[in-house]
Amino acid sequence: MYAQLVDTGVRKVQDAAEMTEDERAFQARIDADIKVEPKDWMPDAYRRTLVRQIQQHAHSEIVGMLPEGNWITRAPTLKRKAILMAKVQDEGGHGLYLYAAAETLGVTRDQLIEDLHAGKVKYSSIFNYPTLTWADIGTIGWLVDGAAIMNQIPLCRCSYGPYARAMIRICKEESFHQRQGFDILITLCKGTPEQKAMAQDALSRWWWPSLMMFGPPDAESVHSAQSARWKIKLLSNDELRQRFVDQTVPQADFLGLNVPDPDLKWNEASGHYDFGAIDWSEFHAVLKGNGPCNKERLRARVDAWDDGRWVREAAVAYAQKHAARTQARAA
Amino acid sequence: MNAEWPLWEIFIRSQHGLAHKHVGSLHAPDAGMAIRNARDVYTRRNEGVSIWAVRSADVHASSPGQKEPLFEPANDKVYRHPTFFPMPDDVKHI
Repeated sequence: MYAQLVDTGVRKVQDAAEMTEDERAFQARIDADIKVEPKDWMPDAYRRTLVRQIQQHAHSEIVGMLPEGNWITRAPTLKRKAILMAKVQDEGGHGLYLYAAAETLGVTRDQLIEDLHAGKVKYSSIFNYPTLTWADIGTIGWLVDGAAIMNQIPLCRCSYGPYARAMIRICKEESFHQRQGFDILITLCKGTPEQKAMAQDALSRWWWPSLMMFGPPDAESVHSAQSARWKIKLLSNDELRQRFVDQTVPQADFLGLNVPDPDLKWNEASGHYDFGAIDWSEFHAVLKGNGPCNKERLRARVDAWDDGRWVREAAVAYAQKHAARTQARAA
Repeated sequence: MNAEWPLWEIFIRSQHGLAHKHVGSLHAPDAGMAIRNARDVYTRRNEGVSIWAVRSADVHASSPGQKEPLFEPANDKVYRHPTFFPMPDDVKHI
């Protein structure tokens, strides 16, 4: 998802007998759905895992501004341009809510940003794909934000209070993102044959990367099992992916677009869509840094950070000068 | 120079007549910028009519370890709630 393959640092999920008294009390509180708050005692592994998960999520929001920002200057109308700017601004806000949630765990935002720039932490694989046409902007809103909503709604109930509260705020805003995307596609699909073909091309390129967003099947993963125990992962990758397919295929039908999967078909017995095998080698290649845009995305973030340094420093110098003057006057 | 901006806690009053409520935190070099940033980060959809910004370093909090000695004394004083006193059905307006 926005946080993919989060390492919990554990080799096996502990049972109650292996836990210390503090750990048992902590797990009991989580089992009773009592939220963990920043000053509460928590196991180090829980804290470290949350920092990784929340920061991956935050970085994804910020890097996710880049593919869409690419189309702000070329949006087809003033209305679409204003809407896209508002959407991209929301993504920036979501990143800030999440950095703030991570900071309650004892890290600083600057450290997290430096970790991203040093390549120590990832952001979602999906943002390493290019936005080639205007239809990609519609498709990102529809599929990528749709997948994000699917993942984030359960996280509103996660065990860590500041993370859950950030997710509630984000989910309230995310629905606008998905609808504005679908609205772009409705317009294109009702337009000229060329416009409809543009929408089809975008769906054909984004469908599989969107399914990969949920991460590989996690039934065997010790990290997923531990995160589920801690209630910082509430549904498995495969469950979320299935929900996403079930919800999205009828929407593609409505648009009159073809999902690029010959194996896709409704399964009357299971009440779900069956779909074809995902090419996980592509997912792992993108995560390793070999997607179409990895280098460009990271370069853009590092440049923004470096080029903005003098502004951050000047603002601090200005604040210090004013504080000193106020103090001198009071003396 | 360490240029990391200090952290601020942001409180928003959503409508006239309600209390300011904590909505989250943000970084800003000074109080004026904290309020401007809060406008952009926390009120993009008309969430507020007033913003307070407080340096996070200035917030003092009770500690979770103190929960029992702090809050336990209220537990055995149920008579502070009006429902503690059963009223006869015939008595009205009380």
